[in-house]
Amino acid sequence: MPAPLTVSTPSEREIAVTRDFDAPRELVFLCYSRPELVRRWLGPPDWSMSTCEIDFRVGGRWRFVLRSPDGFEMGSGGVYREIDDAVRIVNTETYDMDWTGGEAIVTVAFEPRPDGGTRTTTTVLYASQEARDGALATPMAEGMEVSFTRLDQLLQAEPA
Amino acid sequence: MKMTPSERLDATFLALSDPTRRAILARLATGEASVAELAEPFDISQPAISKHLKILERAGLISTSQSATRRPRRLEAAPMGEAAAWLDEYKKFWEASYLRLDALLKELQTPVNASDKRKT
Repeated sequence: MPAPLTVSTPSEREIAVTRDFDAPRELVFLCYSRPELVRRWLGPPDWSMSTCEIDFRVGGRWRFVLRSPDGFEMGSGGVYREIDDAVRIVNTETYDMDWTGGEAIVTVAFEPRPDGGTRTTTTVLYASQEARDGALATPMAEGMEVSFTRLDQLLQAEPA
Repeated sequence: MKMTPSERLDATFLALSDPTRRAILARLATGEASVAELAEPFDISQPAISKHLKILERAGLISTSQSATRRPRRLEAAPMGEAAAWLDEYKKFWEASYLRLDALLKELQTPVNASDKRKT
């Protein structure tokens, strides 16, 4: 059973997502840093990733394009600002359809857990409060709703 | 005043971003209360409380009962629901992604066997 995920708003400009994984942090870190691995998990299961480019070094660029089952494309990209192996990744993030009113700063922290697992905390710092709140009152949320209805069904079919 | 959905969310999150205002909401969740009653547990002036109430009212999180002379405030649940729904969309995206990441991590920790050899 997956560990529960928590979403919080630590400040007016931030959203934080925390989740535990049943794997050592080196491995979880790898899944965030290699394009061939990122493309296998980022986005809901019926979305595809038409572009997944990662130049994993400080100053290197990344670019993702996710495509929903009904053809909605969501492109984003940015630059890596800080890479601390198996500990922290800090990068900038801008969406092609600029709902978010500018660049956000994303920090993913990887913490070891006593059980040998890993806790990741992803904090997105938006340019303004309006940007944060605008980020999801968007076509992404609408496009996702369709796929999530299917996912909900799938998850319900899955034994707890 | 008519607000766009985005402006409504701004107002809701702004209103929720202060501990005094959250405490006021928690108090109102137990039943309506006058401004004096709401001010009582806090070490701040009544005008300061009124200012917080104005922000909560603007977000539609509370309303003022006009009928009674002490004009009690009461909690309005709908905007909270919208804020929660908004966070929920975000949560769903990540939940869906992380379930896939769980499966990938499990696969990566499974010793490679003859039927599943991957070149990276």
